[in-house]
Amino acid sequence: MEKRELLTCRDVSLGYEGHPVLEHLNLTVSSGDYLCVVGENGSGKSTLMRGLLGLLPPLSGAITQAPELKNGAIGYLPQQTRAQRDFPATVWEVVLSGYLNRRGIHFFYTSAQRSGALMNMGKLGILELKDHCYRDLSGGQQQRVLLARALCSASRLLILDEPITGLDPAAAQDLYKTLSYLNAQEGMAVVMVTHDLRSALRCARTVLHIGRSSWFYGTADDYLRSPEGRRFSEEGAQ
Amino acid sequence: MNLLTMFSYPFMQRALTAGVLVSLCCALLGVSLVLKRYSMIGDGLSHVSFGALAIAVALGLTPLYFSIPVVILSAFFLLRMASHPRWNNDAAIAVMSASALAVGILVISLTTGMTTDVDNYMFGSVLAMTSADVALSVALSAAVLVLFVLFYHKLFAVTFDENFSRATGLRVDWYNTLLSVLTALTIVLGMRMMGAMLISSLIIFPALTAMRLFRSFRGVVVCAGISATVCFCVGLTASFVLSTPVGASVVIVDLAAFLLSCLIAALRGR
Repeated sequence: MEKRELLTCRDVSLGYEGHPVLEHLNLTVSSGDYLCVVGENGSGKSTLMRGLLGLLPPLSGAITQAPELKNGAIGYLPQQTRAQRDFPATVWEVVLSGYLNRRGIHFFYTSAQRSGALMNMGKLGILELKDHCYRDLSGGQQQRVLLARALCSASRLLILDEPITGLDPAAAQDLYKTLSYLNAQEGMAVVMVTHDLRSALRCARTVLHIGRSSWFYGTADDYLRSPEGRRFSEEGAQ
Repeated sequence: MNLLTMFSYPFMQRALTAGVLVSLCCALLGVSLVLKRYSMIGDGLSHVSFGALAIAVALGLTPLYFSIPVVILSAFFLLRMASHPRWNNDAAIAVMSASALAVGILVISLTTGMTTDVDNYMFGSVLAMTSADVALSVALSAAVLVLFVLFYHKLFAVTFDENFSRATGLRVDWYNTLLSVLTALTIVLGMRMMGAMLISSLIIFPALTAMRLFRSFRGVVVCAGISATVCFCVGLTASFVLSTPVGASVVIVDLAAFLLSCLIAALRGR
C-alpha cells in the first residue's frame, strides 16, 4: 500500500503560556505507521498528544494534517477521567457518540452510523455488551468500548494516551493484539503514548523517546541500540 | 376539601404551568450539570439572581428584565473561571455566590429594608408569578426543551468525555456556553416561585434520583424529567393543602423521592 503522510510536524515547539515544553520537534506519521511515544513523566508526552490532536496550537513551527484527517478522521483514546467511572451510559450510547464531529448539522444518528457502530463493536468483541452499563464493565472492557468509539470517529489514525493504565496484564496484552490487528489488517496508523516499554517495543515500528535533555526518533531496533534505549534494556535486565 | 378547587384559583394555575415547565427544564439540564461536577453552579447563579433582583427593585426596574442579562453574564464568567487552569471551579462558585448574596442584602438594607418581597425572593412564593411571567416561562421553557432535544447527542458526548469531543472537532466551548445560558434562564424563571435558597435543588435532586434507578443516559434523562414533574405537582398540592411555602414543600418531596430511589437501589443490589 502506498504510504501517505497523515501528520507532519516541522520544527514544532509546544508549551503553555509562552513557556515551551517541547522544542524543535520534527515528526511524520504516515498511513500504516505504528509509533510509540515514551519518556519520563513530565517530559511533555501529553503535551505532544494535545498538539497532534490540534487541541494546543504550536508556539512555533507548523503541524499539518492531511486533508483526509480534517474531516475528523483522528480517533482518540484519552485517559479515563474520574467522572466517567460513575457515568450512567450504555455501551451503545458511548460507541455511537464517536460519530459526532464538526461535519454537518445532523441532530440524530443515521442508520449507516448505527450499523457502522455495530460493526466496530463486533470487531472489538463487545457486541454482547451493547446494553450493559459502561460503569459496570471491567477496565479492559471499558478500554474496548472507548476504542470502538475511536474507530467510529476515525478510519486512518488512532491516537492513544496511556491506554493500558489500570489494566491487568492479560487485558493489556489483549489490547496490544487488537491494536496490532487494526494496524496490520486495516492499515490504521497508531500513535501511542505509553509507560509500558517492553510490550510497546514488541509491536511498534518507530519510537519517539522524549527525554529532558535528549530525544530519540527512529525504528524500534535502532532505539534498543541508542543510549536512551540501552539504559532501558539494562534496567530491564536487572 | 376538594383538591380540584385548588385549580380554580388563577394564581395556582399560573404556578402549576410555570412550575412544571421550569422543573422539567431544571431536571434535563441538571443531569448534564451533575455529571459534569457542576452541581453548585445552580446555587451560585440563584444567589447572583437574588442580588440582581435586589438591585433591580432598588432602581425601580422590572426585576426579570434586569436579572436575566446579569445572570447570563455571570454564567459566562463562572464557566470561564471554571475552565481556567489556575482557578478551581468550586471555589469560584462559592466566591461568586457569597458576594452576590452580600451585595443583595446590603442593597436591600440600604433601601427598602427587609420586607415580605425580600422574604419572597429568598424563600419563594406561589403568588409571585404574574401572567407575564408565565408567558415568558412558557416561551423560554419551550426554547430550552427544543434545544435540549436537538442537541441531546452532542450534550451527551460533551458531558461524557470533553477531551474526546474536542479532539473530534465538536465545539465543546459552544455547548458548555449553551448549557450555562439555558441554566441561567431557567434559574431566573424558577427563582421567584422556589426562592433563591432552594431553586438549585430542582437541578440536583431529579438527576440524583434518576441516577440511582437507571443505567443508560437516556433512561436517566427521561426519569429525571418525570420525577421532577411529579414531585413538583405533589409539592405544590401539599403546600396548598397544608399552607406551607411552595419551595420548601417541593424540595421535601424531592428529598423523599431521592431517599425512596436509594432504598430501591439498595434492595435491587442485594
